[in-house]
This record gives sequence, structure tokens and C-alpha cells, in this order.
Amino acid sequence: MADGAEEFRKMQHALDIPCLKPGAMEGLQPFKAKPEHQEKVGMPGELVPDWKEKALEKMAELGEKNRAFKVYLDACVKCGACTDKCHYFLGTGDPKNMPVARQDLLRSVYRRYFTFAGKYFPWLVGARDLTEDVLEEWYSYYHQCSECRRCSVFCPYGIDTAEITMAAREILDRVGVGQKYSNEIIGKVKEVGNNLGLNPKALRATLEDLEEDLEDDTGLAVRLPLDEKGADILLITPSADFFAEPHIDGLLGYAKVFHEAGVSWTISSYASEAANFGLFIGSYENMREISLRIRKAAEDLGVKRIVFGECGHAWRVAYSFLNTLAGPFDFLDQNYPIPQHILEFTWNEIEQGNLKFDKSQNDHIRLTYHDSCNVARASRMGDMPGGQFEIPRNVIKAVCNNYFDMDPDTIKESTLCCGGGGGLLTDDLMDLRIKGSSPRMTALQDVTEEHGVTHMAAICAICKTQFSKVMPKFGYDMDSVVSVHQLVSNAIILTGQDDDDDADTGPEEETSDE
Amino acid sequence: MLGVIYAILFYIATAIIVVGVAMRIRSYARTPAPLKIPTTPAPTTGWGVFWRMVREVLFFQSLYKSNKWIWLFGWMMHMSLWLILARHMRYFIFEVWWWVEAVQFAGTYASFTFLIGLGGLLFRRFAVERIRYITSPSDILMLLLLIGIGASGTMMRFVAHTDIVSVKAFILGLSRFHFGHLPADPVLLAHLTMVITLMIIFPISKLMHAPGVFFSPTRNQIDNSRDKRHLAPWAAELEK
Repeated sequence: MADGAEEFRKMQHALDIPCLKPGAMEGLQPFKAKPEHQEKVGMPGELVPDWKEKALEKMAELGEKNRAFKVYLDACVKCGACTDKCHYFLGTGDPKNMPVARQDLLRSVYRRYFTFAGKYFPWLVGARDLTEDVLEEWYSYYHQCSECRRCSVFCPYGIDTAEITMAAREILDRVGVGQKYSNEIIGKVKEVGNNLGLNPKALRATLEDLEEDLEDDTGLAVRLPLDEKGADILLITPSADFFAEPHIDGLLGYAKVFHEAGVSWTISSYASEAANFGLFIGSYENMREISLRIRKAAEDLGVKRIVFGECGHAWRVAYSFLNTLAGPFDFLDQNYPIPQHILEFTWNEIEQGNLKFDKSQNDHIRLTYHDSCNVARASRMGDMPGGQFEIPRNVIKAVCNNYFDMDPDTIKESTLCCGGGGGLLTDDLMDLRIKGSSPRMTALQDVTEEHGVTHMAAICAICKTQFSKVMPKFGYDMDSVVSVHQLVSNAIILTGQDDDDDADTGPEEETSDE
Repeated sequence: MLGVIYAILFYIATAIIVVGVAMRIRSYARTPAPLKIPTTPAPTTGWGVFWRMVREVLFFQSLYKSNKWIWLFGWMMHMSLWLILARHMRYFIFEVWWWVEAVQFAGTYASFTFLIGLGGLLFRRFAVERIRYITSPSDILMLLLLIGIGASGTMMRFVAHTDIVSVKAFILGLSRFHFGHLPADPVLLAHLTMVITLMIIFPISKLMHAPGVFFSPTRNQIDNSRDKRHLAPWAAELEK
């Protein structure tokens, strides 16, 4: 239970409970959105004069439109089951990062204005007035939650702090206090089609370069098609897959799998983004607008299926919400899941014996797997509950010889967030991101000590970016995080490909400049 | 006189708990859940959800995963409460049903496990730093109220017996709007006063967790979003 210096805590165990450090993360805030960012998400540009009325109005509206919000504000009995479940609390010790305390920041105001007890006996039930300080406190602590839902697994009533965080962010947006990172990105998606603001020309050039690399590598014309009408499959993947490491190696993996499976597929420049930050800010309308781009792309290109690339929250929106937001998809081939995850696709091909692998291509690494929070606790793969845990592991084991799971209390439904999800993957929150990742990093260090694990695979663009940034702080190289389809790409033997002897080094080692 | 006062209080409290809880439940039921948010892995069928809920409500499955101490005290207290309530049925019916008869022994001794559970929960509120931090005065008062009810009841059963025959006659009279005689036993009156208080605050307090759990979307939704389109009425409006 050591209390360290200012540095991130070196934990004895991944789930060690810290002593409370009130105010430890007080005042930490991400940059606020500028008026031009706010307008693009349909929110006022700056704090509106009647912010208090507007905030309470929005709160009342949420109570009428969202059952989760209403029930969760009422039902909490403060049992404390969730208090030690948040990675940000474990990493920072700030009591307001305990899920129940985070909810209480909003619940206390809800009680004051909307419940009998709070109206007449505020001191008894911990109710308080809505003031500008409270607004600032909300902005601070509702941007120290990655909406990972770990707390909801352990709550006896299933109270999901993510729902409260999303509600709080929506209220803040509504009064003109938005987060720059998320809202700016949503604006880019609406304008250009992806989070990066990568225009169709640049995207085409990038994909063509990658096709050349693939041809150099394999001697085969493995394609990365863009905007090809009549293709069977529309691939929706996070735009980080087009340029970031190790994401891009995953993209090459998808291309090889599609190639070997002999299916026709395409990327869309109009919907060149799987990520949907509308989720992070709790905005149904923004989430819907972004989702409808995917529907439009599918209709315009005349595809039969939609497959999503490796992205955690995107898969939540795709799996759980796409049908709601942009359905019904009766124009697609009903014989396939709508939408389908790339890992479901790849695993099907493996099961049918359509892919050949040389597992020894991954022998230079010893591997573990990080369950991404949104995939683990807010979606599924395959037909059986829990397929979201089994299918990625099955694929990894099919292409790697050395695989080891981390502590069972830190994987699958109990998985720890990478520390950068939910719209927190921004440099202005780096301190929080490092501290929030320390439980996961500690669990990783354990398997490194025990089994000599060198690399961790992930299937989420945010996890990959976050880990490549924070892993060096914990004694790992930044390329110690790998895409699952990067491993597939390393091991797959394409029909008719050049001999592999040119690959004397591990394929993913060649791009680690910087 | 005492009988009339308690009779009126009892009617008021009953009206408040019945109407109040019904209104809250109605508002939960009428509020749509716009999106599918079951905490996964989640059941893929209605029966699956039914069993998930049974495991939550009867065994506190999620709490068990979370913290064995809270689970132990909480589960002990809640299950004891059911036995105690079942046992108390005998004071509300003229001819005692067989299962009420059968539960008398367990229901009587459940008062001790009830108090131990509550004591544990109260102890945690002071002893564990994290729980102390999230505790409001109302959380402690609620536990004290329940402990008061349990302790006074246990006293009457094991230490200072009250005139239970008169009490039963009084309660049976209430159903026919007949205000009978209520023994002026201080322990009994304290017991009844605290029960009435609990009934009155039920719909405006965290005790609403009891009906609330059944409306929790993360627990009661079926994981079938790809197969069946889920659409809230207000969201359907956006599509017009």
C-alpha cells in the first residue's frame, strides 16, 4: 500500500487498492472545445448565460429519454462494491475516481432539484446546488472516466458509470462546455469522413503505397481497394489503421485475409472511419449521424456485407447500436451477421481451413492479449456469449506458438481499460493516461516475469495508440503492442507468394523508426 | 386512542408505500432505453435474462464477484429479511397458512443473522476508508432504522414478550376498518413506529433499489442487437 513519489505508482499487484488521496487529480481537465468545434456537434459555442436552467432542463430530459439514467441515479445504495474497480482510482487514489463517487458528482445535483429528499433535506442525502464550481468539477472528473464499464460488471444493480459520464458530458456540451479532442474529431468525420481529416486523395495515395509494400513483400497483387462499387464487403476500420503503428500492420493483415479468402471488398472514402466519438460525448444524434454515413456508403457502393476492423468502441457502436441507429439493413445479405467483426471473418476462414499459417513467423515474440473494454463488456463476437473473448484468442493461438493470459481478474469481463479510452486519448491528459494504465501494465509485468511475455496484442485503435505511448514508461518498447491481424499477417502463407527467406527479421521490426 | 393513532399512521404509510412505489415503477417502465447496453457477456434469450435476474436477485451474483465481505453481510441481511417478513405473515391472516407455520422457526432466528448482517454493513461504513468517503448521513440512519426494527422485534420475541394476541387482533381489525386496542408496550410502539417510518421513506429513498434492479438495462436486456432492431419511440421520431 505504498504511497510513492509524484511518479506513477509502481504497484505490487494490478488490483492493489490505494489509500485515498483526496484532490489528487483535482483540476485536471482536457482542453475545452472552441466555438467552431462546438458548432459542428450542434452545441453552443461557449457557456450560455442561462446555463443553470439549460443544464437542469437537459437533466430532466435525460430522465425522460433514458431509463438507465433514471434508474441508476435512484438505485445506488452506496454499498461500495464498485469503489475499487476503476483503473483511474487504482492508479490515482483520488476518491472522486471511485465509480460511485464519480456518479455522486451528478447524483447530488439530481437529488437537489428532482427528489423530495434532496429538495427538503439536502444535508441528509448529500444533495447540493448546481454552481459553476460544480460544472468545473464535472468537466474535470467526467473526463477522467473512459466509459469502460468495469464498474457495471461488479455493481449489484448493474449501474454503469459510463451512462452517467455520457449524460454529464452531454449536459456540459448542451451548456457550451465541450471537450476539444472529441468534438473536433466529430467535426472532421462529418466534414471529411474520418477522424484524421484524411481526404479521399490522400487516402487513395496511402492505400496505393501500402499495396506496393504488400507486393514487394509477397510478390502478389494483394489489394486495398477504395470506393469500388459492387464489391461484396465494405470494410469499416478506424482511420488510425491507415497511418499509425501498429495499426497499419493490422490493416495489411485484413487485406491478406480477404485476398486469401478470395472475396471482393472495398474501403469507402465517404465512411473511412469506424470510430464514432458520438458515443463518448453521449450524443445519440451525433452517433446516429456518423452511423448513417456507413449506411450511405454501403448503399452507394452496393455491397452485400459490412465488416468492421479492429476498434473497440467502434465495435460497440457497430455491434450493439448500428442496427438501432442506421438500420434496418435489409438491403444487405442476411446470411451474414450485420455487421461482422474482422475477427469473426478471419476465424470463420480458419475454421473452414481456408488459411495456411507458418506459426514460427511469430516465434520471436511471446504474447499476451489485452481484452479491449468495449469489446469485452459491451459487445459480442460469434454466436455464443463470451465469443468476444474466445475468438480473438483462438485466432492468436492459430498464428502464434507462445501465448499466455494475464491474471484472470484483469482479463475478459474484468479486463482493465488501457487508460486512454472514452475520448481521453489526448496529450493534455497524459498524466491521467499513464496513471490509469498502471493496473494493466502491472498485470503485464507479472506475465513478463512469469512467462517472459514480450508483446501484448490488442484489437482496438485507442488501446494500440495508448499502449505505444505509455508502455515505454513501464519498461517496454513502444512496439510491444501489436495488432491481432499483424500477427495473422506475419504468419499467413498466401497461395503463390514468394518464398519467405527474405523475412530474416520479424516483419514488424522493420518499421520502428522514431 | 393509541389504537386509532397507529391505525391512521398505518393506513397513511401503506398508501404512501403502495402508491409511491407504483408511481416510481410506472415512471421506470415508461422511460425508454434508447440503446442496447447489456453488460456482456449477456444472455441471448429472454429465458437467459430471466435466469440472470434470478441469480442477481436471489444470490447477488455481481456483488459476489465484487467483494465477498459486502456480499456476505448484504446477502445475510436480505435473506434474513425475507424469512422475517414471511414469519410475520401470521399476524396478518386469521388462519395461518402451512408455509407460514413452516417458516416460523427459521424466521425467528433469522432476526439474529439479520442484525449481524446489518452490523457488518454498518461497521464497514466506518471502518473502510473508501466506504466512509461515499457515506451520507442517510445511509447510516437507514441502517440504524433497520437495526432498530430488528432489535425491537428480537426483544419482543426473546426478552420482553408483548401481548401478541392483542397485536394480531389489532392488525386483523385494520383490514375491516375496525380500530381495536393496541397494547401500550414501549418496545412494540417503537417497533411499529420505525416500521411505519420505513414504509413512508421507501419510495423516496435508496430503498428503491429493490424494484430498480429489475429495470436496469445492463441486466435486463437481451444480447440480440444484430438480430432484432431496438428502437425507442423518441428515436423513431428522428427517422421521420
